[in-house]
Amino acid sequence: METKEALFEYVLRIGDDSLILGHRVSEWCGHGPILEEDIALTNIALDLIGQATNLLDYAGQLEGKGRDGDALAFLRYDREYKNLLLVEQTNGDFGKTILRQFLFDAYRTLLLTRLSKSTDEQLSAIAVKSLKETKYHLKHSSEWVIRLGDGTEDSHSRIQSSLDALWKYTDEIFFANEVDALLEKEGIIPSMEGIKNEWTFFVSDIFAEAGLVIPTNNWKQEGGRTGRHTEHLGYLLAELQYMQRAYPDMKW
Amino acid sequence: MVSEQDIWKYLEEVSDPEIPVLTIGDLGVIRTISLENELCTVVITPTYSGCPAMKVIEEDIISKLHEKGVPNVKVELTLSPAWTTDWITENGRAKLLEYGIAPPEDEVDKSVLFAAPTVVPCPKCGSRNTRMISQFGSTACKAHYQCNDCLEPYDYFKCLK
Repeated sequence: METKEALFEYVLRIGDDSLILGHRVSEWCGHGPILEEDIALTNIALDLIGQATNLLDYAGQLEGKGRDGDALAFLRYDREYKNLLLVEQTNGDFGKTILRQFLFDAYRTLLLTRLSKSTDEQLSAIAVKSLKETKYHLKHSSEWVIRLGDGTEDSHSRIQSSLDALWKYTDEIFFANEVDALLEKEGIIPSMEGIKNEWTFFVSDIFAEAGLVIPTNNWKQEGGRTGRHTEHLGYLLAELQYMQRAYPDMKW
Repeated sequence: MVSEQDIWKYLEEVSDPEIPVLTIGDLGVIRTISLENELCTVVITPTYSGCPAMKVIEEDIISKLHEKGVPNVKVELTLSPAWTTDWITENGRAKLLEYGIAPPEDEVDKSVLFAAPTVVPCPKCGSRNTRMISQFGSTACKAHYQCNDCLEPYDYFKCLK
C-alpha cells in the first residue's frame, strides 16, 4: 500500500466520524430539551459538518478520482463508510446524546492535538482548526456528564444506562491496522496506544466525579472501520442521501 | 490598472452576512490579495470550520469586484494559519460594541470544567455584573449573555485563540 492510498483511507475514517456524528446531532434541531441546549447541539453539529467538509474534500483530493467532499458524503453505500459504530448510534434521550458526544470528544481532542503536529501539512491545518472547536465541545459534554450523573436519581440512572449501552463501542475507537502502521511510521498520525491510555484516564476521572460506573462486562463490538455497521447507519444514510438519490446532481 | 491596494479598498464594502456591521476586513478573514496577468486572487480563511457565511462571502467578493470593473476574480480558501479573534481589528471591535455585540475578551483556558464564565461587560450599560445564559449562541462565533443590572440580553463574540 502506498502512503497516499493509506492517507485517503485514514482521512475518510475521521471525516466519516465527523459527518455521521454531525448528522446525528443535527437531528436535535428544534427538539432540544431547553432552548439553550437546542442551540448548543445545533452549533456542535455545524462544527462537525464543517470539519467533515474539510476532511472529505481532502480525502477526495488524495484519492484523485474526481470525487469531492459532496460525492463522498452523498454517493457511497453503507459498507463504504468507515466511521466508528459509536457515532452512528441513535440519539436516545439528551443524556445518551451527551454521553456519546463525551466519549467521542475526549478521543477527538487527544487525536487532534497530536494531528496538529502531523508531517502532512493539510491534515495538520485541518487539525489545528478543528481542535479549537472540539475543545469547546468537550467542555460542554464533560460538564453535562457530571451534572447528569451527579444530578437527580432519574438523570443518574438514565445516563448510567446509556453508559452501559454505549461502552461496548469504545474499544473500536483505538482500532489500528496496516493503514495506521504505515502512516505512523512516517510521522503522519500518532500512535493509538498513547491516545488510549490518556483517554481511559480522562474518561475514568470524569465518570468518577459524576458517580458513574464503567461496566465490567468486557464484550466489545467493532466493525465500523472496515465498513461493517450496526443497523442504524442505513436509516441515517437514507435521510442524509435522500435528495441526491432522488434528484441526482441537484444543486441547492 | 487596479492595484492590490485598490482591491483592499473595494473589499471594505463587503460586509459579513451574519454580522453586517463588520466588513470582512474588520473580521480579519481576508488573508492575501494578489494580482497576476489580470487575474485577481483573494485568499480568505473561515472563522469556524462550518461557518455557513463563507460561501456567501465568496460570492459577495466576486460580485463586488465585478461591479468595480475587475472581471477575473478567484477566491481561494485556506485553513492555515487558523483564524483567531485577535485578527478582528480595533475598528471592528468598536463597531461590534456599538451594534450591541460584546467583543471578545481575553479568556482563561477553556478546558477548565465549571470555571466561572468570562466576565463580559454589558454593551448597553457597561456593567460588569452580567451572566452567561448559554455557551453557544445565534451563530458559531457567539455565546449568549444577559446583564443583571439593565437586563439587556446580548450576544458575546467568543474569544477564539
